[in-house]
Amino acid sequence: MITLENVSKTYNIGTAGLLDITLKIEKGEFAFVVGPTGSGKTTLFRLLIREMLPTKGSIIVGNLDLVKLPHKKVPHLRKKIGVVFQDLKLLLDRTIFENTILPLDVAGVSFLQAKKRVEEVLAQVGIEEQKEKFPIQLSGGELQRVAIARALVLAPEILLADEPTGNLDPKTSSDIIKLLVEINQKGTTVVMATHNVDVVNTLGKRVIGLEKGKLVRDQKKGKYAVS
Amino acid sequence: MRFLKTAWHHIKRSPYRAFAIVFILMQTFFVISLFTFLVAGSVKIIAYFESLPPVTAFFVNDAKQEDIDGLKEQLLATGKISEIRHVSKEEALKIYQEQNKDDPLLLEFVTADILPSSFEISAKQIEDLAEISSMIKGSAIVKEVVYQKEVVSKLQSWTDALRKIGIAMTTVLLFDSIFLMIILIGIKIAQKKDEIEIVKLLGATNWYVRWPFIFEGMFYGIVGAILGWLFSIALLWYSTPFLQSFLGAIPIFPISPLFIVSVLGAEILLAIVLGVFSSLLAVLRYLK
Repeated sequence: MITLENVSKTYNIGTAGLLDITLKIEKGEFAFVVGPTGSGKTTLFRLLIREMLPTKGSIIVGNLDLVKLPHKKVPHLRKKIGVVFQDLKLLLDRTIFENTILPLDVAGVSFLQAKKRVEEVLAQVGIEEQKEKFPIQLSGGELQRVAIARALVLAPEILLADEPTGNLDPKTSSDIIKLLVEINQKGTTVVMATHNVDVVNTLGKRVIGLEKGKLVRDQKKGKYAVS
Repeated sequence: MRFLKTAWHHIKRSPYRAFAIVFILMQTFFVISLFTFLVAGSVKIIAYFESLPPVTAFFVNDAKQEDIDGLKEQLLATGKISEIRHVSKEEALKIYQEQNKDDPLLLEFVTADILPSSFEISAKQIEDLAEISSMIKGSAIVKEVVYQKEVVSKLQSWTDALRKIGIAMTTVLLFDSIFLMIILIGIKIAQKKDEIEIVKLLGATNWYVRWPFIFEGMFYGIVGAILGWLFSIALLWYSTPFLQSFLGAIPIFPISPLFIVSVLGAEILLAIVLGVFSSLLAVLRYLK
């Protein structure tokens, strides 16, 4: 599903984002990407949605070679990957319903079909009652759910979640994780970047460890810290 | 449809900016409409004068019939006259009454005595008109000679000047409108930078982002054109009674409704081109 071979990303100012990363994530997998701030987790996600190109190496997502992907095909790639951004990237002047329908609108789905799908997804993440509210009226946990709903609305093959439990209380974090696990059980490949030790240790899923841009470990059923 | 909805959303969010653009476009299309009507009116006035006999000679009040007949023979003897018609004082009164039939006050004190009789003269060759005209001017019984060619050429030069002023003013206003639209749509794009970045991350193509701005430009153009046209029609309607009495027998009114609607149609087309062009320049400049 996702293959990175000898991928390095160096920013213009000379800072290394990723260094010689090679890894493969299979279809239907649930993988945590862990590591301290600045270890390259977000860089990895940005490369996977072709927000930027690697300095060297190759990245394959599905059947798309992201390095060779023409610019006009980038929207096609982004419709296949749902992303829960670290800063959520919700539009503050639009309601929850309008935020969630956006990917469907972008994909050209008719309004009636889109409306039906949005209602399904909002029910799935448990915030259907809040659909007419604006982001500013919601709690942190609810906003995370909106971001997840928006990422799921196009039924993507891959869901990238960049620290979706950051700044949330343990109970809300646990709810969000349960939701992501459910989504994964329905067949979506989930890659989640996190600092949350408890979540990683409890779930016992694959753990990809990054440090200063390097891949330092890749364990099938890993823990947050190496014992 | 979704692009139209987004464009409407943009407009509603910044009503003052929308008003500024529509206002300048309204002025542009007001000037365009006004000069179109003026030039079309001038063309009709020229056509009217061209339809009149080339030379009209008005006689002094006490001109005797034998002197008039003598002048006629003298003119026919040149062999250059194709037609000569004597309009008597009574005929002149009939023409005057016909022209002013709707204004009894103008008819009340006018009798045949105060109206001059005249000759309406056409030449076989148009270049002979000047010679005939100067020959008549030399006669003692002729008070005034109206040489239509002079009137027509004077009117033509006025119409040309009017057209040039119209084109110059329209060009300046069109440039103003284009620059204002580019700047204001550009500011709007800059303000929506974050939103544009988000929709692009969600898979939006460049055109998904561009279309609402293009529709927005079209909307401003169309509304500006309709308002400018409406104001010019209102001005025309308001000044019709004055123009009618000023122009007298010259048949300009009523203006054909088809012509008025055609002007609106052409202006809407121009407005769409203008709106699309300006917003396209803005999106290509600010949305790379």
